[in-house]
Amino acid sequence: MATTQGAALDRKKLMADPIMVTTIVVLITFLTLFILYPLAILLIDSLYGTNGLSFDTFRRILAMPTFTRAISNTLKVGFVVGILSTLIGLLFAYVEVYVRLHSFAGGLFKVVSMLPVVSPPFVLSLSMIMLFGKAGLITRFLLGIYDNNVYGYWGIVIVQTLTFFPVCYMMLKGLLKNIDPSLEEAARDMGASRMKVFTSVTLPLMLPGLGNAFLVTFIESIADFANPMIIGGSYDTLATSIYLQITGAFDKEGAAAMAVVLLCITLAMFAVQKYYLESKTAATLTGKASRARMLIEDKSVSVPLTILCSLAALFVVMMYICVPIGALFPTWGYKFTPLTFKWFGQVFSKYHGLKAFRDSFLLSLIASPITALLSMIISYLVVKRKFKAKGFIEAVSMLAMAVPGTVLGVGYIRGYSSGLFHTGILSGIYGTGLILIIVFVVRSLPTGTRSGISALRQIDKSIEESAYDMGADSFKVFMTVTLPLIKDSFLSGLVTAFVRSITAISAIILLVTPQYLLITVQINEFAEKGAFSIACAFATILILITYGSVLLMNLVMKFFGTSRKIEEKE
Amino acid sequence: MAKEKKGVRLDHISKIYQDPKTHKDFYAVHDTSLEIEPGSFVTLLGPSGCGKTTTLRMIAGFESPDEGEIYLGGEPINALTPNKRDTAMVFQSYALLPHYNIFDNVAYGLKLRKLDKDTIQKKVLDILKLVGLEGMEARMTNQLSGGQQQRVALARALVLEPGVLLFDEPLSNLDAKLRVSMRTEIRRIQQEAGITAIYVTHDQSEAMALSDRIIIMEKGVVAQMGTPQEIYYHPKSEFVADFIGDANFLKGKMLRHEGSDGIVDVGGTEVRVAETESVADGAETTVVLRPESTQLCDAGYFPVKVVVSSFMGAYQLYHVMLGDNKLIIHEYNPKGKKIYAMGETACINFEAGNAHCI
Repeated sequence: MATTQGAALDRKKLMADPIMVTTIVVLITFLTLFILYPLAILLIDSLYGTNGLSFDTFRRILAMPTFTRAISNTLKVGFVVGILSTLIGLLFAYVEVYVRLHSFAGGLFKVVSMLPVVSPPFVLSLSMIMLFGKAGLITRFLLGIYDNNVYGYWGIVIVQTLTFFPVCYMMLKGLLKNIDPSLEEAARDMGASRMKVFTSVTLPLMLPGLGNAFLVTFIESIADFANPMIIGGSYDTLATSIYLQITGAFDKEGAAAMAVVLLCITLAMFAVQKYYLESKTAATLTGKASRARMLIEDKSVSVPLTILCSLAALFVVMMYICVPIGALFPTWGYKFTPLTFKWFGQVFSKYHGLKAFRDSFLLSLIASPITALLSMIISYLVVKRKFKAKGFIEAVSMLAMAVPGTVLGVGYIRGYSSGLFHTGILSGIYGTGLILIIVFVVRSLPTGTRSGISALRQIDKSIEESAYDMGADSFKVFMTVTLPLIKDSFLSGLVTAFVRSITAISAIILLVTPQYLLITVQINEFAEKGAFSIACAFATILILITYGSVLLMNLVMKFFGTSRKIEEKE
Repeated sequence: MAKEKKGVRLDHISKIYQDPKTHKDFYAVHDTSLEIEPGSFVTLLGPSGCGKTTTLRMIAGFESPDEGEIYLGGEPINALTPNKRDTAMVFQSYALLPHYNIFDNVAYGLKLRKLDKDTIQKKVLDILKLVGLEGMEARMTNQLSGGQQQRVALARALVLEPGVLLFDEPLSNLDAKLRVSMRTEIRRIQQEAGITAIYVTHDQSEAMALSDRIIIMEKGVVAQMGTPQEIYYHPKSEFVADFIGDANFLKGKMLRHEGSDGIVDVGGTEVRVAETESVADGAETTVVLRPESTQLCDAGYFPVKVVVSSFMGAYQLYHVMLGDNKLIIHEYNPKGKKIYAMGETACINFEAGNAHCI
């Protein structure tokens, strides 16, 4: 059949829209240069050495016992953290959705879900050491244990679980809310006990969702760099091994090959999660809840569950609070009074705090509007337009989600330090602020794109078509209709990108040059050296900045947000 | 009001889609040719999936035809994007811009055409008056009822004075009463504006009430086009007869012609049907009978058994069995007429001029 004429006409119509064509070309170039190419060069470099195409580099790194141990360490940690986070997340989600909660507990839950988003990645590692380490507040001063070792496997597992379970909690909460209560009521009505309902109805419906949460956490865990770096001790994971291979052993080929191994693992997980589990989740939980769920009021169930979760939540909150408090003690572990601001003073007087905050702030501030706009444009193209390269754009921007920061960092080193394909072209951007900004953008792009896509799917396609029909070109439609309608998503994308950028470390730490002082790199450095008070002071100011920007965003949304109204109407 | 009424011509248009499940190509619209006169109101009518909306969206430019060419006012427009076409569409979901008030919604297209402020102001207010929304310019769209939103959508399209106005099931989200009053409005406004209109609907009464001509589509092809009367009284196929109003079908064989009347053998009984020149003697044929032009009486063509007899107010509704064939009869104005009860036997009768052969 002759579909060619239609396709040719569609192409002609697209070409009649130069802004649209330019945008697509720029996007494709950007995605290719800064996501695909760095990954490709890793593979090329690790396969194609001085003596041609060979697996020598892989053979070499796989022969290193430290590396094979790092692989098994990483997988072990990822697996355990995935399971623990999913279970705790499920517990929290279940309690929130099914049990009538005291408003205090409800508030606490909200705080817990919020904290990991606005915190720098290694805050929990810091507080873990400060609370439970050798000079830990709890271990040494409360319990009198003098030789508690938090470094290593269990340290990483605990810290990562506490960091990632709120993500599972939020995911699973959404799923549980989508279960039609009449399904469970029908089972109750037929004589099943609450436990039986949970095991025979709720759980089976949730299973793909649980698998999804597990894999997402698994990927996060194995990609995590900051926590294993600080609390891992001699327990190396893939992310830290790659970093050490570059900074310690100066073995760039080896690091590239290691990065390929890590990338393969995350990509495989990501593929399962994205193409298998996500569709299954959608298939089992399609319907919206037809009406409100009867909450469990039975005190024998609700009280213990609420207390258990509240205690866990309080513990998490305490871990986070420990950092700002730690920055106020004269000497952590030895002298607790009088509280002092001297560490904060030292941050600025001795350790170039102002420059660090200015650099981090400025780079993130430049990166975030670019990220937000790019992700909205990508979402718009993916959801609302049809053209040939659409699949490519969608796939590559989602692919970035599965790429660990360390891998990207090594990719940029290999890909740009000597120019594109080692030809010197574009090598000028290496070591500049520009490449840091690009890394920030690439790292935050998938989150922004995902939220943009789901916001745009809520908007009736014909609204944009009507504007198009009345004579607006694509650019006009995007600026006057699409963007105003997803203002909230754009704003939150802006802030998320900013928060993610200013708290980023994994890729950045490999690419930053002495010219730029970044807060996260500073925190990492001081924590490594054991200067926890300074690290805490840095981290506290960082938390204040990120939390402040989130508050600001909420305020702005409250006063200028329109899209919420529209969503309600739909 | 329109700058220039434009006609629309579809020349062997096809649109091919891929079935998302089987990945097989199929024709959503197949080799369709149409001619729509300038200034006329034409309805594309058919069940869901018949290709009517696809046809409309191809005229608007949202879809590109895989075969054939579309002409607007004599010009080929295949390669034009929707914003460059002299068409304006009224969407099923109204598609008002939710972040603008009514004035800005209606002014949107005018601003894009870079008209000066005073002209825009005047045009918008005039058109809002025409659709009965005077004084509501400052309202936001979510403060409007469905009917009012529909009027804004209509005003927004009309104000651009397009060569052709396109309607995509514009009334399907309104309740039944409002639907009837809105369609009268739409017809009034279209006639006042003197604009060419193409209207997509699956509601046959809407199509009848609105249209100069109706185009009935079935599975991507045109099943019949004509005035509402032509289509109602002379359907060309069982599909059309059944889709427009209710219809009873009697299978038979054309025996002979007497003048323009034909004598058809239906199960051994000879019945007289008017204007059957197109059916040859000896051919298999189907007699179409509308329920309201069929009567029950004590003596007539066929004996039937009454299985349903219900008083509907305006008429008495009968379901009767002629062998295995269930027929529907509407006996209008039943007061004072003989009413047959369920289980009784009666005969059906009809006049030659009220029957039709296909």
